[in-house]
Amino acid sequence: MEQAGYAFVDILIVLAKVIVVIGINLLMVMILTLGERRIAGFIQDRYGPNRVGPQGMLQPVADGVKFFFKEEVIPSKAEKVIYVLAPALVLGPALLTFAVIPFGGPLSVVGKEIQLQIAELNVGILYIFALLSLSVYGLVLGGWASNSKYPLMGGLRSAAQMVSYEISMGLAVIGIIMITGSLRLSDVVMHQNELLFGFLPHWNIFLQPLGFIIFIVAAYAETNRVPFDLPEAEPELVGGYHTEYSSMKFASFMMGEYIALITSSALMTTLYFGGWDFPYVDESSLGIWGVLLSIIAFAVKTGFFLFLYLWVRWTLPRFRYDQLMGLGWKVMIPLALFNIIITGVVMSLL
Amino acid sequence: MVGELVPILVLLAVAVVIVAGIIGLTHLFGPKHPDPVKLSPYESGMEPVGEARTRFSIRFYIIAMLFVLFDIEVVFFYPWAVVFKKLLSMGSFILIEMLVFVGLLLVGYLYAWKKGALEWD
Repeated sequence: MEQAGYAFVDILIVLAKVIVVIGINLLMVMILTLGERRIAGFIQDRYGPNRVGPQGMLQPVADGVKFFFKEEVIPSKAEKVIYVLAPALVLGPALLTFAVIPFGGPLSVVGKEIQLQIAELNVGILYIFALLSLSVYGLVLGGWASNSKYPLMGGLRSAAQMVSYEISMGLAVIGIIMITGSLRLSDVVMHQNELLFGFLPHWNIFLQPLGFIIFIVAAYAETNRVPFDLPEAEPELVGGYHTEYSSMKFASFMMGEYIALITSSALMTTLYFGGWDFPYVDESSLGIWGVLLSIIAFAVKTGFFLFLYLWVRWTLPRFRYDQLMGLGWKVMIPLALFNIIITGVVMSLL
Repeated sequence: MVGELVPILVLLAVAVVIVAGIIGLTHLFGPKHPDPVKLSPYESGMEPVGEARTRFSIRFYIIAMLFVLFDIEVVFFYPWAVVFKKLLSMGSFILIEMLVFVGLLLVGYLYAWKKGALEWD
């Protein structure tokens, strides 16, 4: 990758990776929309959607087709250009974020080493934070451009909430960077690919437990999920920032939100749970099976965090807005700073 | 370095095509039967009252200002964190440096707290 000039083969490989990653992301969105309702049904002791296809498997397809053929309502008072652009501003950055996450060990085919990661940036973590902060634009512009009271309140709330928790999220990750000494996500994974004290996997969760708790709480707030889903609190704001949206534009908001779930689950896996590392196995000695094993390990870990998102959604009640801001500013930030100090002091003592 | 960014550009192109496709297709397929009531702002079925862009809490402005200040301080941590491990082998100066910086940050943070900027009522 380092040499100047791109061969035709390299471009093809990149294109293949891009299509596979986006395809799997979109497929996961479909599975999540179904899974969310099925798991809700399971938790609340009722059926979820189970009529379209076996066990309701084709429900997401039916939903998608229906969204395309729904009437496209653009309120007469809305700012048209921004109103149409806002869903794109949510979905676009969401699709881009996955680029720097390594989803498997390096694959070597006929003497060519292929990284299972779209782009191996040396500023990987910063790239992710940059795109995460972009997605707030879509929400706040969508809320503002609708020119209606509920969306405006939803947009404002989401802006305030997302920027508040972005600070503690950024501070929580600093512990990882201190341990790894790199912003490259493949370095973060390689660093976790050993054993700690000879028996524990060298995963950052064991070195940064406090950091992980801060990170996961901030991630739930960043993705506007229960217990922090105040921007779209149905009982008080109807639907929040997307109240005035219909058809596929509404679905774009939803897709962006679900892709953000996938990305943040993958990020938790990569930063704190060893990424594609399968514990106690040296993947590089197993050839193609090692690569397969690493991809499965990554998928299982990410899937667990996705399930956790759904599980939490149907288990916990919603915060009050002052509690939300209080937690973000008065608890998370001091804790995150404390985590940095502890990490620094322990590392200098060892 | 430039080579590393080519995949991002490919991904960007694919993402733009997908997003434009989704929004374009729904514009083509969807029926359009506009009428003034349907296109009016949604207010739980009542006649819309007044302007949508009313005054909102001053707290949102304070949060925005505090965010800009604190986020820049977070950004200052990153280069320090990257070189921390390497420079730690040359003595604990880098640690003391960071403790001083966190101390300064805490002074500003406590000031904002004391002034009531973090209260939400």
